[in-house]
Order: sequence, then structure tokens, then C-alpha cells
Amino acid sequence: MTTAAAIPPAVVIEKLRKTFGALVAVDGLDLTIGRGEVFGLLGPNGSGKTTTIRMLCGLITPTAGRATVVGFDTSTQSEIVRTKIGYMSQRYGLYDDLTVYENLRFYATVYGLRGNARTDRLEKHMTEIGLTSRRDQLAGTLSGGWKQRLALACATAHEPEMLFLDEPTAGVDPAARRAFWKSIYELSARGTTILVTTHYMDEAERCQRLAFLSRGHLIGLGTVQEILEQFHKPTIEDVFIELQARDEGAAA
Amino acid sequence: MSAFSFGVRMREWRFWPMLWKEFIQMRRDRITFAMILLLPAIQLALFGYAIQTDVRHLKTVVLDESRTPESRALVTVIANTGNFDVIAQVSNRDAIREGIESGEVTAALVIPPDYARDIVRGRTATAQMIVDAADPQSSAAAISGAQLAAQARSTQLLGERFRLVVPIEMRVRPWYNPSQRSATFIVPGVIGILLTITLTLITSTAIVRERERGTLEQLIVTPIGKASLMLGKLVPFVLVGYVQMTVVMVLGKLLFGIPIRGSLPLLYVLTVPFIVASLGVGLLISTVARSQAQAMQLSFFFMLPNILLSGYIFPRMAMPLPAQWIGLALPLTYFLKVLRGVLLKGIGIDQLWRPTASMTLIAVLLLVVSVRRFTKTIE
Ligand SMILES: Nc1ncnc2c1ncn2[C@@H]1O[C@H](COP(=O)(O)OP(=O)(O)OP(=O)(O)O)[C@@H](O)[C@H]1O
Ligand SMILES: [Mg+2]
Repeated sequence: MTTAAAIPPAVVIEKLRKTFGALVAVDGLDLTIGRGEVFGLLGPNGSGKTTTIRMLCGLITPTAGRATVVGFDTSTQSEIVRTKIGYMSQRYGLYDDLTVYENLRFYATVYGLRGNARTDRLEKHMTEIGLTSRRDQLAGTLSGGWKQRLALACATAHEPEMLFLDEPTAGVDPAARRAFWKSIYELSARGTTILVTTHYMDEAERCQRLAFLSRGHLIGLGTVQEILEQFHKPTIEDVFIELQARDEGAAA
Repeated sequence: MSAFSFGVRMREWRFWPMLWKEFIQMRRDRITFAMILLLPAIQLALFGYAIQTDVRHLKTVVLDESRTPESRALVTVIANTGNFDVIAQVSNRDAIREGIESGEVTAALVIPPDYARDIVRGRTATAQMIVDAADPQSSAAAISGAQLAAQARSTQLLGERFRLVVPIEMRVRPWYNPSQRSATFIVPGVIGILLTITLTLITSTAIVRERERGTLEQLIVTPIGKASLMLGKLVPFVLVGYVQMTVVMVLGKLLFGIPIRGSLPLLYVLTVPFIVASLGVGLLISTVARSQAQAMQLSFFFMLPNILLSGYIFPRMAMPLPAQWIGLALPLTYFLKVLRGVLLKGIGIDQLWRPTASMTLIAVLLLVVSVRRFTKTIE
């Protein structure tokens, strides 16, 4: 077993590549994410963010290269990886025809929680996320903000070591986004590593480290401060636009 | 230690939450719920009552212009066939026309004035049976019924006249379905059709729905495992199928007097290969269909040959050869033999092993192909 001295990084990606036919979605990606980081993955539409996350979750197999998540290979040890991670997809993955509580209960049970441990954990989650009053409402009738909270609760019911969030705040109002980021920091404070993708630059600036993807390539990496200094730009949004223009110029 | 291994075992049975979830969804989804509950009722009503391929009790009027004991004897013979209900005596042909045109009458027996005289003189007496042939099936049955009745009466008369013993008498004794009721033939088939619908249509749409809504992806990243995922998705519909089967048998017995001559436990066991085969088709459809609507269309497309070519309504022996060959590829063809064999004939596995073996072979093939395809789609 791993000793405390040699805890592996949360994510290690080496020369990861994924092609769909002739289309190269992710190309030669190298990346390491440390434990407890809140890591942001940025990039325009179609740049390969979702594809990268899906490979890390073991949903699709890489064409080449390898990745480990909390020390386990995503291709050969996906069974173990799955018990350690939480994943909130762009589509939330909620059952519209189950109630708030039933959704939570279902995912908690699938992750192996049973009996009193499950009941206690669910009650704790319901109060933390403020869903208690909507306990018996069908998930399909929730508004966007509440759906997002529920999806987060479902993805974290088993207290995963590593959490993947794919555009978790798309279509959610500013107040709900703020509340969501509060939850993310709380999870991070408890030691959960978080990989989040977003198109909101204010959210990008809340991350400890950022990676920029463009057409499957890693084109920028570092803390917010490092990146601002490196590119001599006042905001992350300016960096984003600059990097993309550069990458497109290089391709042309 | 034992508690630990029990815990591990329970972990492997992660498909329990799937079962729980599936039943809640089934209960809430009105269309699925209606399909599960109403389909047996509709199918029974449709095929048990409406499609009576045999014809009984045609409403018949009699125009007896002979008014003799001979003519009255003929009316009795015709009435005794059970095909004709004599509802009235009429006095002219216009009344017959009116009755048939209004639809109140489907058949009319016309006995001409010289009927009795001809018989007495030893000539061939003629009587006329007018039949509303708008429904060819019932008119065909009426015609053959009338002819049989006439023959029977002729034989009787000949025997009386010449004091003969009839040299040959063909007594047709229908076995297994002695009252010639098509409900007896159809209702066991309804079980097969229902199971096909539940296990292909409802199952495939349920799987496609998970893919459409993105919950399938969510499930795959959980530690549930492919086997539990598939079992959790399929087992609920197997249970539903068995419940439907039981309901149809009970209703069939109460409403149509369908016999249950053979062993019920045997029937439930022999249903397993059929269920597996149908689930295979459902799973296969779910891997091909891009949307729930497509899954539904594909399922109906699969239903069609099952209804037409399996021997559910039309006897397979009467079909052209290519149609018979297609029928051989359908699990329902064999399952119908098993259903009718056990329910109507009360025969056992010693006589049913052939259809059972064929069905099992098809089931294994379908399962292997569909599970492969399915696991590929979820990688
Ligand atoms: N299953 C697939 N089959 C074929 N092409 C795919 C598939 N999944 C993704 N792609 C393609 O791979 C590229 C990267 O897609 P991906 O979804 O990873 O982008 P993204 O960065 O998440 O974009 P967005 O910001 O719009 O979510 C796109 O060009 C997309 O069309
Ligand atoms: Mg994406």
C-alpha cells in the first residue's frame, strides 16, 4: 500500500491522445495535478476538455498515452478508479422522474453505501446543500440552479478523493454560481482534488492552477498569477483570447 | 470474517439499487405503466373476442315457402350446426334483402315451395342459403356449415328411404380445441406477443432513454460494473413479463375458459430461453437506436413478422415456404409451440424438447451478440 510519504499526485497525464476517426480531439497532453488542488481546464468549444475528462474517468479509452488518477491507471485499473472519483457531466446525469432524495439515495447506494451510514450521509448532504425542503420534488421539475446542486450532491455522496466537474455552472444564475463555488472550496478544504472546466473567466480566476487547451493541445499552464505575468495581460480573459489567436496563427 | 465476505458479496450485487430505481421509474412513467397494465387487457379483448376466426351464431332468417315437416326438419338441422341462430321467419325475399342490407341479418335460408315434393318424388331438392359475404371469413364458415348440414340431412334421408346403413361416416373430432374456439388458440399466443413487446419495446426504450438523458454515462463512471448495470436494467422487465404472463393465463381461464392441462412450473421454466432471446433483441435494438422513437419503430418492425409469421394467428403450414423459413428464425414460433403444448395439450418436456432446444440456440446467439455490442457502446 502507498505510504503517507509517497502519496501519488491526484492526476498524472502522459502524452495522452484521442482521435475520433480523422479528428484529433486531444493531442499529446502532459499534465500533473496535485492533491487538493482546484484545477481549471479552459478552452474554446471543441478544444477537447470533455474528451480529456472522459478519458480520466475511464469512459473512453485513450488512443495513445496513459493517465493515472489517484495513483491508478485509468485504462487497466478503471474499476478501482471508479470507486475513488466523482463525475458531474455537462448533462448532470440526474433521473428526472426520481425525486431529489431518490436520486441521492440511488447514487449513494450504487457507490456501496448502506444502512445507517447511508441515511446519515444523505441527511448531512441534504442539509449542507440546502435541499431538505425539496426532498420529495421530482428532479425534472427543479430549476437549473437546484439541479446543479443536486448533481453535485450525487457526484459527491460517496466523498470521492477526486472530483471532475464538466461545465458545472453552465446556465446557472450568479447567486447559484457563487454558492456552488463555496461548496467547491469546502470540498477542497477537506482534501478533495477538483478538476473543473468552465467558460466563465471569473470562475477561472478562482482556480489555483489553470490549463489552456486549444484544438487538443495544451497551450498554457500555471497559477493565475503566473499566467498573468507570463503573458503581460491584466485579466485571464485577455490571456484566453491572446492564446487562442496565437494557436490559430500557428496552425494557419 | 464471514460478515466481511458477506459485505463483499453484497457489494457485487450492486444491481439492487438499479432494480429499486427501475421499479420507481416504471410506476411513474404513465406510458410504460399503461403499456404494462393495459396491453394484456387490450390484446385479450382484441384477439380473444374480436378476431374470432371461427364463426358461430350467424343471425339467420328463414323463408319457408314449403311449410312441410321436411322443410322444418331442414331448418332444425341447420340450426343445430351451431353456426346459425334462427332469429325470425320471414314471408318474402324483400324482407331478406332489407335485413341483410341493414346488417341485422347475416344469413337467410330459403326453402322453395316444391322442396318437400321433390324429396318425395326422389328428385334432388334444392334449398338456398343467402350469405352476407362482406366478411369473407364468416361467409366461408357459413357456407361450409350449410353444406355440411345439407349433406348430413341428405344422408339421413337416404338412409331412411332405402333403409340403408350409411357405408362411411367421417366423424371429425377436433382435439385439444374441441369446441373449435379460436380464443383457445389465440390466448396462449397473447402471452408470447406480450412478452415480446415488454422485453423488446419497453426494454430497449428504457435503455435508450438512459443514453439520451446522459444517465447511462453517469452510471458507467460509478463502480456498478457492466454486469450489474445490464442485469439491473433487464431483470425488472423479466419480472414484469412473468406477471403479465400470469395475468393473461388467469384472465384467459376466467373469461375464455382456456385450459391449463400441463405443468405450470414447466411452462415458467421453458419461458426462460424465450425471455433471454427477447431481451437479446431488446438489447440489440438499444445499441442501434439513436432515440427512443427509433427504438420504438425498430421494435414494431420486429413485432410485425412475429404477429404474422410465427403462427400466432395464421397457421404456418398454410404459408409459402419463404415465409415459413422466416418464421423458423423467430423465437416466438417455438415459444408458441411450448405455450400451446403445455396449456392446451398438457404435454411435457419429452415432446417439447425440440422447440425448446431451437429457442435456446437462438437465445444464446442473440445474447452473445447483443451483450458484445452493448458493452462496446458503453466501452
Ligand atoms: N464521440 C465522439 N465522436 C466523434 N467526435 C467526437 C466525439 N466526442 C467528441 N468529439 C469531437 O472531439 C472534439 C473535442 O470535443 P470535446 O467535447 O472534448 O470539446 P470540449 O472542449 O468539451 O467542448 P465544449 O466546450 O463545447 O464542451 C470536438 O471536435 C468534438 O466534435
Ligand atoms: Mg465539453
